Amino acid sequence: MTDATFSGDAPKASGLLEADARTRRRNASERRFRMYGLAAIGAGMFFLVVLLTAIVSNGIGAFQQTFIEVPVYLDPAKLDKNGGRDPAQLAKVSTFGYTPLIQTGLYQQVRDAGIETGYEDARDMKALISASAAAQVRDFAIANPDRIGDTVTFRILASSRVDGYLKGRVSRDSIAQDKNIDAGHLELVDALREDGALRKRFNWDFILGADASESRAEQAGLGVSMLGSLFMMLVVLFLALPIGVATSIYLEEFAPTNWMTDFIEVNISNLAAVPSIVFGILGLAVFIQFIHLPQSAPIVGGLTLTLMTLPTIVISTRAALKAVPPSIRDAALGVGASKMQSVFHHVLPLAMPGILTGTIIGLAQALGETAPLLLIGMVGYIATNYPDGVISGFLSPNSAMPAQIYEWAKRADPAYYERAWGGIIVLLVFLLIMNVIAVILRRKFERRW
Amino acid sequence: MPVTWLVFIVLALALAGFVAGRVRIDSAAGAGRPHSLPNYYGWNIAIKVMVPAFLVLICWLIVQPFVVNGAVTARLGDNAVPDGSTIGLVMSDVRRVAEGLDAAVSQGLMGADQASDLRTEFTNVRDRLAEAGVALGSNVTPQVLGAAQTWRALNANGMLLMSVAVTALALAGLVWGYVQTTPDFRARNTVENALRIMLLAAASLAILTTIGIVFSLIGNTIKFFSLYPASEFFGSFTWSPSFGGGSELGIWPLLWGTLYISVIALTVAVPIGLFAAVYLSEYAGPRMRAWAKPMLEVLAGIPTIVYGLFALLTVGPLLLSVFGRDGLGWMQAGTAVMTAGLVMGIMLIPFVSSLSDDIINAVPQSLRDGSYGLGATKSETIKQVILPAALPGIVGAILLAASRAIGETMIVVLGAGAAARLSLNPFDAMTTVTAKIVSQLTGDADFASPEALVAFALGMTLFVMTLGLNVFALYIVRKYREQYE
Repeated sequence: MTDATFSGDAPKASGLLEADARTRRRNASERRFRMYGLAAIGAGMFFLVVLLTAIVSNGIGAFQQTFIEVPVYLDPAKLDKNGGRDPAQLAKVSTFGYTPLIQTGLYQQVRDAGIETGYEDARDMKALISASAAAQVRDFAIANPDRIGDTVTFRILASSRVDGYLKGRVSRDSIAQDKNIDAGHLELVDALREDGALRKRFNWDFILGADASESRAEQAGLGVSMLGSLFMMLVVLFLALPIGVATSIYLEEFAPTNWMTDFIEVNISNLAAVPSIVFGILGLAVFIQFIHLPQSAPIVGGLTLTLMTLPTIVISTRAALKAVPPSIRDAALGVGASKMQSVFHHVLPLAMPGILTGTIIGLAQALGETAPLLLIGMVGYIATNYPDGVISGFLSPNSAMPAQIYEWAKRADPAYYERAWGGIIVLLVFLLIMNVIAVILRRKFERRW
Repeated sequence: MPVTWLVFIVLALALAGFVAGRVRIDSAAGAGRPHSLPNYYGWNIAIKVMVPAFLVLICWLIVQPFVVNGAVTARLGDNAVPDGSTIGLVMSDVRRVAEGLDAAVSQGLMGADQASDLRTEFTNVRDRLAEAGVALGSNVTPQVLGAAQTWRALNANGMLLMSVAVTALALAGLVWGYVQTTPDFRARNTVENALRIMLLAAASLAILTTIGIVFSLIGNTIKFFSLYPASEFFGSFTWSPSFGGGSELGIWPLLWGTLYISVIALTVAVPIGLFAAVYLSEYAGPRMRAWAKPMLEVLAGIPTIVYGLFALLTVGPLLLSVFGRDGLGWMQAGTAVMTAGLVMGIMLIPFVSSLSDDIINAVPQSLRDGSYGLGATKSETIKQVILPAALPGIVGAILLAASRAIGETMIVVLGAGAAARLSLNPFDAMTTVTAKIVSQLTGDADFASPEALVAFALGMTLFVMTLGLNVFALYIVRKYREQYE
């Protein structure tokens, strides 16, 4: 049979200009598939945007704090009964002696401004003033004994409720059950705000200050834990960089192919995948239980994070060493350099930008890591004092930035949530700076062969 | 601080040795050309000064506390231990008194010889130490005070011996290296061999770390199982630790929470990550790839504490307003399996997408060309050729992401709640292995009770699980790579 005749519904020959049903279906499915892909990327971007928006919108408020300007009469009859202006005598008056002076000052100011309040007693002003104000005034009085008897205008922190009211966190409804403040105080806050005595200002103490106790959210700052992080990062940098580079040089340039090398390689790739909390257990068991290093100390945190960062640095350093072409090594060997000289004089300098990039990225990862720090006791420690030297910076208990953020997130007062978000902004700014430096290093110095 | 001074002394000797070596070889130049460059002779001496001295210093610092502890314990004997106490508790008293005496001496409240002659009959030691800022729980017995004084004496002797030994060793190294420094001496070879051994030592640290992890987990896990039966740990469905005793420590509620959260996280991350990877590698042009890929990877660079806070303060309340009492009524509180799972899923998206991207890119172009040549559209090629070819690798990537999800801590600590329960409702609060490790170990410095030691058994479980997943995943990925190389 030479002429094949089709019977039944054979596919109709379609023209070039007009697609048949099946082609249309296939093309539609093609477009659909493409849309799924785009939607997935869109979802990723959307999550990123939501996350960043949540961080910025919740945290930006932490950088501003409400302050009140109060003229305080430093009453000699209360502060210096003997009249000698002797700092040792002045130091005997505790902060409790100063609190009434501030309250009276604020009460006087309210009355002078002609603000109508229902309050008859200066002690009713307590709700507006941070508990930290008395210490601030006391420090001033002890440092300047000759000013006692004058009326000095202080810029003191408002209480966290007042601050929350200005930031919209506290409203008249939400304070119905609140013992610390009542609606009349909020009226007063509004009036003082119009008067100009009470306003929000940029708060350096949030970035540079120390942590405060649970009831003084307005005073808490990130500065001390930032120092803790700094000391930890110094430990990580000075241990992980040399050890990581040495490991990579050995594995890339010198290691013979035997079971020992294989074993090392398997170990490194497994360590890279061990959950960070397991490193915390290691730090607890080895550095604290076994070697008896001090708990909560940045050196323990640094050592633990070093072990955690090493695989990252080794992996990127090996990639950088591999990228140096063998011709460089051959040329060095050819003019009489030893193997060691060819590596340290030629290969290593050429790989340096890649190594530094990897190190910075490893450091950034270590800076944001929290879980191991929970186990070695860097959480729950209230970092209220700056370390008084380099050695105590490494050895005395401290917190670290992510641990401090976690600590704030756990506290009951919602005023601390804002601070936790604000702390995250600071942390992310540091990470951003480190990553930008890494990218610039790579762009500027990376050579491609 | 004698150790700091010791380090400086050794460093100074090393520097002196370096200079001396150079000077000696330079002045000996008349006797013929030296074998190596002058710096190598300097380094030879510096290494011989530093390496043995620092090794001894580190070992001594680690070993001395154990020796002192053993000696003092032996001297205390059994009769110093009161009823209802253990030798460990007495020793921690001793240590505390000794530290208190040190603090008192360093603050100038006591003379050094006064501290070692102190007698409980004549002085109230507790009050004296309280002045130095060391609070003691009870009055000091004569035995404890005596032991503390022995402790201090042994420690002081040990430190002195250590300083002498380290300095002597450094000096010996200096002399040895200096005597070696002659033009015939092959300084470069010696230095390079030493350097090579140091490189090997650095590389071995990875093995040491693994050994450290395994031993710290195994040792404490065995201690836990001697206090608490393993059959209960693996067989019980209740988790209710109470530090007073009589706690039930069954692992199943924790494992269930861990797996449930990981499954939700993967349900979010895998489709999004996989489709993103397919789009980026097959459809997107170079310009889109250049900005979309780094943007997605930003999600991977954000620390987990940020995700934890996001879960606790943003996602939790949001879900609660939809599924909570005001909405559908399925959810009691903001912290739930769903909250933690969703946020963890977001965190894992870039992890899945960049791994799958690498794997899809590794599929040879010839397979695509063959499929196009037969008339397949792009999506048909992807679905019927590329994805099947890349499947083992993608499975490996998903397993790696799963091991990440199981080991994740901060998101579940903040977002999943603290109640250990076996429930099917994803809007219930549950807890995970990692979250319980944190809650059983934080703020507790004494690891004697099963309630604290259980954390090590949990850590061991976690370590074994993630390690198993990783080894398996890497095996699959490697095997797949070889297929196309």
